[in-house]
Formats: sequence, C-alpha cells, structure tokens
Amino acid sequence: MAEVKTAPGDPGAGVGGAETLASPNGNVVSMRHVSKRFSNGTLALQDMSLDIAKGDFVSLLGPSGCGKSTALRIIAGLGDTTEGQVHWPGGKPERGDIGFVFQEPTLMPWANVFDNVWLPRRLDGASKSTVRTEVTEALEMVGLGGFAQAYPRELSGGMKMRVSIARALVTKPKILLMDEPFAALDEITRFKLNDDLLHLWEAHHWTVVFVTHSVFESVYLSNRIVVMAARPGRVAQQLSNDAPHPRGEGFRTSEDYAHLCRNASDALHAAMDEHNNEPGVPA
Amino acid sequence: MNVSPSDPAGGAATQRGETLSSDAGKAGNMTSALEETALKSGPDLRAAAERRDRLLRIILPVIILSTAILGWEVLVRAKEIPHYILPAPSLIMETLVKDWAVLATSLITTLQITFAALAVAVVGGVGLAVLFTQSKWVEISFFPFAVILQVTPIIAIAPLILIYVDSIPVALLICAWIVAFFPILSNTTLGLNSADHNLRNLFQLYGASRWQTLWHLQLPAAMPYFLGGLKIAGGLALIGAIVAEFAAGSAGRGAGLAYRILESGYRLNIPRMFAALLLISVTGILIFLTFSLLSHLMLRKWHESAIKREN
Repeated sequence: MAEVKTAPGDPGAGVGGAETLASPNGNVVSMRHVSKRFSNGTLALQDMSLDIAKGDFVSLLGPSGCGKSTALRIIAGLGDTTEGQVHWPGGKPERGDIGFVFQEPTLMPWANVFDNVWLPRRLDGASKSTVRTEVTEALEMVGLGGFAQAYPRELSGGMKMRVSIARALVTKPKILLMDEPFAALDEITRFKLNDDLLHLWEAHHWTVVFVTHSVFESVYLSNRIVVMAARPGRVAQQLSNDAPHPRGEGFRTSEDYAHLCRNASDALHAAMDEHNNEPGVPA
Repeated sequence: MNVSPSDPAGGAATQRGETLSSDAGKAGNMTSALEETALKSGPDLRAAAERRDRLLRIILPVIILSTAILGWEVLVRAKEIPHYILPAPSLIMETLVKDWAVLATSLITTLQITFAALAVAVVGGVGLAVLFTQSKWVEISFFPFAVILQVTPIIAIAPLILIYVDSIPVALLICAWIVAFFPILSNTTLGLNSADHNLRNLFQLYGASRWQTLWHLQLPAAMPYFLGGLKIAGGLALIGAIVAEFAAGSAGRGAGLAYRILESGYRLNIPRMFAALLLISVTGILIFLTFSLLSHLMLRKWHESAIKREN
C-alpha cells in the first residue's frame, strides 16, 4: 500500500521541495537556500531549501552534527541565517504561532505543571483565570488531566515530556517543532509517546517538523522524511511516506514499515558515505 | 494522548515496589518459622531504626557539648582558677542573668546594625546583580569595585570610615554592609546567569520582555543561589558589625556587644566578657538557623538541595 517516492538529493543546489513534493494545502514555512555559519567557523548548514506544507508531518533525519537541530532553530527564529531566508507565506509568525519541544523537557522546576503550561499564555499577558480551560484542555490532550498541581520533580521522564508537549500546544500553534523530543526516554515510554503523538496528529492534523536520529521513529510518525548529511549540514534526500493512517502496532510490524525503514536507512547511509568519501575528511 | 496506568504512577510505584521487595528480601533470609512475624515487623523495625537515628542526631552533640562544659566547670573548681582568668560556666550564666539589662541593650544595638546592614546588602546586592545581568558593560565596569571592597580587610578600613562618617551608627552600618554585600552580589549574579539556556530560548520564542524573563525565569532560578549567599551574609553582617564596633569602641564610643567586651576587658570583668561572647555566638547561630529554615521553606518544593532522597 505504501509507496515510496524518492527525490534525488542535489546538495549543491539544494532540493527544490516545492516543485517535487508540493502540497495542495500550501506551505506554512519555506527555507530558501539557507546557510548557517557559527562564529567559530563551522558551516552548520549549507544551502538548505525545505518546504513544510500545512498539515504535514515532516521528519528531519540525520546523524548527529548534520545541522537538523540548527535548521529547526532557524525555523523557530531562535537563530539567524548567515545566507538565505525563511519565508512564511501566511504572514510572519506571531507570538504563540510556533510551538517548540526541546530534547529535554525544559520545565521550570519551581513551578507546578499548571504554571509551566500556562507560561506561553502568561507571557502574552493572559491571567490564570482566563487560561484555566485552555491549560486544562492541553493537559488532558496529553493525558495529564489530573497532574496540574504536581511539581516536575514528582513526574517521570515521559510525563515531563508530556507537560512539555502540552506547553507547546497551549497556544494552538500553526506549526509544532520538535527537537528529538523522545531521544532521552526509554524505548517503552518512547513507543507510547510516539503512538500518542501520532493519534493526536491524526485527530488534529497539525503541521509538525520532527527532528530525530531514529530511522524507525521517522518512518512510523511522518509523511515525509528529509534525510540530511553532515559537514556541512544539507538535505541529501527526501522520501515520502504514504503509509495510510491511522497507524498503530499493526503498521509497526508490517512489511510496508520494514520496507520503508530499509529505504530510509539506505538513504541515511548514502548520506553518511557521501561525507566519508569526501577527500581530506577522515572517515 | 492517553497515559497508560504505568506511566503516571511509574515513579511512585517503582519506589514503593523497591521498598516492599527489599523488606521481603530481608524477611526471606530468616527461617520460615520467623517469616510471618518478620514480614509484619519489618517496617516497624525500620521505623524504629529511623527514630533512633533521629534521636541520636540530637542527643550525641548535646552529650558531647555538656561533657565539655561540665569538664570546664570541674576544671575551674578543682584547680581553683580565679574568675578573672577563666570564669566557670555557672558564673558566666549567673553574670548573664545579673547583667542582662546592660547586655540586652547592647545586644539590641548590635542586632539593629546587623539587620539594617543585611537589609541594605540584600537590596544593594540583588539590585546590582540584576543590573549586571542586564548589561555586561555595567558588570565589567563595576565588578572590580565589588572585589576591592570584598578583599580589603574591614578592620583596616573601619577607622577610616569612622573618621569620614560623623554618625557612629551609620559608620557601623557601612562596615557591616561592606562585608555582607559581596556574597549576596556574587551568588545572585551567578544564579541569574544560571537559568537553563533552553528555557531562555523558550522565553525568546514567546517574545518575553526583559522584565518578564527576569521575573519569571532568572529570579526564580537565582533563588537557591541568593539564599545560599544570604546564609553566609547573615553571619558576616554580624561579624562586620562587631568588628566595626571594636574599631569604634577603641575611640571610646558606641554601646554594642563588642563595646561591652572591650569595656569588660579594661575592667577585668572577665565573666561579663564571656557572657557577651556567648550572646554573640548564640546570635550568630540563630541567624544561621533562621536563614537555613527560610531557605528550606522556600526551596523544599523543587530544589535538589532541599529534597530528601532515598536510594
């Protein structure tokens, strides 16, 4: 059932995502020929172009140091580009239009769960009484309805991550950016959170950009996998994943899934070899 | 998203599980006849051991301290040491009661200076730390002054300050403030800069103003550091006040506890000298305990330092 379309990577010119994998829904955000050089001289991203369509679930897959987190931060506006631009066809994002989930839960330890989730709305000037429903809804969405008064230290790693996701959702963002959110969790918790995130996405069709170094996670969750190569970070290949929704345990054990994983894994290895074969770069 | 029953209860259930299984493990080592009673009394035994531990924690230091004081008393009596060389503890207590009117007045004077200096140190230290974190140029420009104030021995500048400042209480206040201010400044500055960088990014993402970042992120993050500084500064403010009183007292003015010590020294009233010393020590201990309690109350909900963990 699932069909694999691959767009051959062209690291020199960047991948023209808009032409090859255009979406009828239009793009929420587009990176155009973005390069990023850090002050220490490292070229973290080179000529990266990427389109994120409305309602798309895109994974950025790559080895560490391939600039996937840097790309995510640039989309979020947390870092400037050295060259190139980030376009927002629907208008510049306003406060709360972007939800961000970090690799660590990044909660304020001195504040309880409710206050942590309230934070984005609080910074927007919303009082506690006006946000009570929104915060409660966000917490119920991630399955933590009864934990509003708990402090982060009383929660398990998976639950902290859920709070972090609820905080990102509370502003009803136009795009949800997730930077390896489940990488630090044990496998059982990670599978559970993958399932829950997927069900939420199937219900709400948010636009999600999900950074990961796990082939399995990217195949299970996303509709499109952007494979990145390292040093300098760039898009190596894009795979589209048409496996139908809802996906669940059945998909995880299906042949389609295995096939997609192999493809993604091959693409990842090709991207890594590309770097290793470069002259003068030690393998 | 739905949480599986194991997820939310995960932490607590695991801990409970460990406790139970270790109890069972202990019981398992005993013979089968004893097994049932052992299972029942396991938690009781543990609670008893904890109670004993808590009790010993208090009793042991008390016993050691009492023995030392008793030894002192016995030594003074046995060797008939004159009270102008070493007064017995009983005589010191007697003097404390007898001279309470004089000593209490002095104590209040010293306490006033100490707490006024500490209050100014808190306001100034935190205020300056906030300024420092708002602009690195302010920090670079003014930090050397703070260091100079800190490293110059207070006993060396106290006479100068007493010359320049007409009012004795104000001069004493300045001396105590100089000593108490630095730990608060340096700890709070460190704390304000210690806020998690991802949280900073989050605040940036949601367009937080400087004021919002300071109020909702940096100040709470700095609280444990500030409270640590306050614990040090409390004791230092008392020391600063006493030292300044000594400097002022040598000029023949002032009525704090340090002045009582000097005066008693001149008059060879050694018991009163010891009584005043005792008051200073007790005050210092009380200040430390008060701030430790304050720190515990403010951090117990979230900070690692105030959380009791079992392994």
